[in-house]
Amino acid sequence: MVKKYFKFVSIGIIIFGLLSAVFVEPRFFNQGVDYINGKFNWSLSHLWERPFQLGLDLQGGAELLYEADLSKTEPENYTQAMQGLRDVIERRINVLGVREPEVETTQVGSHYRLKVRIPGITDPQQAIDEIGRTPYLEFQESKSNFEEIQQQNQQAIQTGEGEIQSPFQSTELTGRFLEKAVVDFDPNTYEAMVAIQFNEEGAKIFEELTDRNTGKVLAIFIDNELLSAPVVRNKISGGRAQITGNFTPDEAKYLARNLNAGALPVPIGEPISQVTIGPTLGMISLQKSLQAGMIGFLAIIIFLLIVYRLPGLLASAALLIYGVLILATFKLIPITLTLSGIGGFILSLGMAVDANVLIFSRLREELKLGKELPQAIEEGFNRAWPSIRDGNLTTLLIGLILFGVGTSFVQGFATTLCIGILFSMFSAIFITRSFLMVFSRGRLSRIKRFWI
Amino acid sequence: MHFPFVKYSKIYFIFSGLLVLASILAIVFYGLNWGIDFVGGSVLKITYIEERPSTQELSENLSSLLGLENLSVRFSGDREVSVKMPEVSQEIKDKLSDYFYNIPEVEKETMSFESVSPIIGGESKAKAQRAIILSIIAIVLYVAFVFRKVSNPIKSWQYGIATVIALIHDVLIPVGMLAVLGHFAGVEFSIPILTALLTIFGYSVNDTVVVFDRIRENLIRGTGTTFNETVNQSLNETMVRSINTSFTTLFVLLAIFFFGGASLNYFSLALIIGVIAGTYSSIFLASTLLAQWLILRQGWRA
Repeated sequence: MVKKYFKFVSIGIIIFGLLSAVFVEPRFFNQGVDYINGKFNWSLSHLWERPFQLGLDLQGGAELLYEADLSKTEPENYTQAMQGLRDVIERRINVLGVREPEVETTQVGSHYRLKVRIPGITDPQQAIDEIGRTPYLEFQESKSNFEEIQQQNQQAIQTGEGEIQSPFQSTELTGRFLEKAVVDFDPNTYEAMVAIQFNEEGAKIFEELTDRNTGKVLAIFIDNELLSAPVVRNKISGGRAQITGNFTPDEAKYLARNLNAGALPVPIGEPISQVTIGPTLGMISLQKSLQAGMIGFLAIIIFLLIVYRLPGLLASAALLIYGVLILATFKLIPITLTLSGIGGFILSLGMAVDANVLIFSRLREELKLGKELPQAIEEGFNRAWPSIRDGNLTTLLIGLILFGVGTSFVQGFATTLCIGILFSMFSAIFITRSFLMVFSRGRLSRIKRFWI
Repeated sequence: MHFPFVKYSKIYFIFSGLLVLASILAIVFYGLNWGIDFVGGSVLKITYIEERPSTQELSENLSSLLGLENLSVRFSGDREVSVKMPEVSQEIKDKLSDYFYNIPEVEKETMSFESVSPIIGGESKAKAQRAIILSIIAIVLYVAFVFRKVSNPIKSWQYGIATVIALIHDVLIPVGMLAVLGHFAGVEFSIPILTALLTIFGYSVNDTVVVFDRIRENLIRGTGTTFNETVNQSLNETMVRSINTSFTTLFVLLAIFFFGGASLNYFSLALIIGVIAGTYSSIFLASTLLAQWLILRQGWRA
């Protein structure tokens, strides 16, 4: 009865392990699918090929840290200003056409910082230059031949010939004159809109501008990108304006924030810390660390086989499944893999082996006392458990503390170490145990040399 | 095989004492060669396709090019060169990367640059200190908690103290070695090294706790007539496990050291030394310390 249960569980674990392996490296599976499709004319779909998320040190790229100078900003606007800053910089990096840039704001004590991560970039200097510009808000009026240009543009788009021209021209009204922008709602239609307020000088220019452009389009640009193009209904004095345009409340909030950021002088200067890594360097590091992991893993398997024989073989199988499960988890969450993260993973592999070694040492002792195999296995597990628990929990504790150090190198290490430790406890008490129990009766169990 | 561990306590204490003393002296006299992670500065690393010019030649060229006096050029690996400077302006950085970009013998795609301001470095140092202190407190509390049920003949907090003594031993030795390497080979105390040391914390405690667990079990079972005997018995029972485990961990670490690439080199070296020290201290130091402590206390009472 009991043995049946463990057999069932073991088969389940192996199937689950195989599925995870396919998820980790779907290439062979998909090749198989192609083969079958070609042979039987079926159209089985490919498995989702999700790549590992690699950190900068493994794929190259740049990480830049800026300190925001908020000395001219009111404290209650700090968060808003930082968010605006982040959006503007995000747009600027997108101009460079790179994959998945990350821009995040952090606060350390009274320091507000902006961290920019651009993976895979070949010329980080370009990114630094792009970021270094101050956010720029500009109002542009329609050119005199606005309609004509619009028509030409339409034609150009349709035929694919000719150049697209901007129908707008710059005015002297820029973010320099904006006092603030807030989200507002139309009292009649409840539509979200953005209310802007210019300062005195700006109000004058705005009055002139609206007078000149009544009935025409006055476009709002941020960083030379068209944000909205409202039509001026009549001359506006007092420096107040509303930007409508079928905004959702979120869109309006987003626009207001960007306008404020364009207007707010939040200088960031040069990066206070930066790391740029050439793409090839990352590749070499990845290959080398993976190779190191493989060699270490092989050495462990050979050692376990020589010293612990059949249990060693079962433990190796358990470790293999353990490794596959962890890699699948890294892919699924996803955990960004860094060099230090791979270090943490490899170290947790050592811890997983330790749990097995502890169990087998106990198992041997119990066998030497003359106990039957199934009892000896049970005893071995029960006796080894406190040591496994204490050892893993203290390391887990330190892993959590390491997380608080906050540097990305340490955090990468701590994350994979903690995940690895949780899985290693699971692997020892669940996977290894089930495997051992399956073999504890039957022919193999009677050959003592396999066990001691 | 039965080895009377407690009998030779003095030998291990003297051996460990000398190693720890040497480490402390190295740290005091040589100091630690702090990396830019902790004190700020800039480092540019490049790989040459074949032969590198001499460090002196490079150093002179760069000094005159950049107008900087305090830059140092160092070799690592077979073909890598690193240039360390104080925190430099964007302009100087551009000049430097342009210089290497225009040398055909340099592999462009492997260039890396890292710059940390002294403010960030100071913050990292403060965070590291906090992590170390927190870890030690957490360990003492955890060990005292786990051993709360065995307070005879040794109090549960004494297990905690012995664990921490072993821990300090295991960490001081690699730190001392890093001080020596820093002085003679320019190895830097960087964030990866700190991570390695904090990992040694975990490893050392793990190793010590496994032996203490056995002592606890044997005390509850009533193995051995005296505490010394119980300790001896427990050490003999756990020794094979301790050695096997450190072997498997060392396999992996040696693989990282030899095949893992330059950036994980000293990280794995610190761990290797720490693991060896940790295995040694868990077998020879932590438990015999407990036994000697009891003898000392009984001596006072008599």
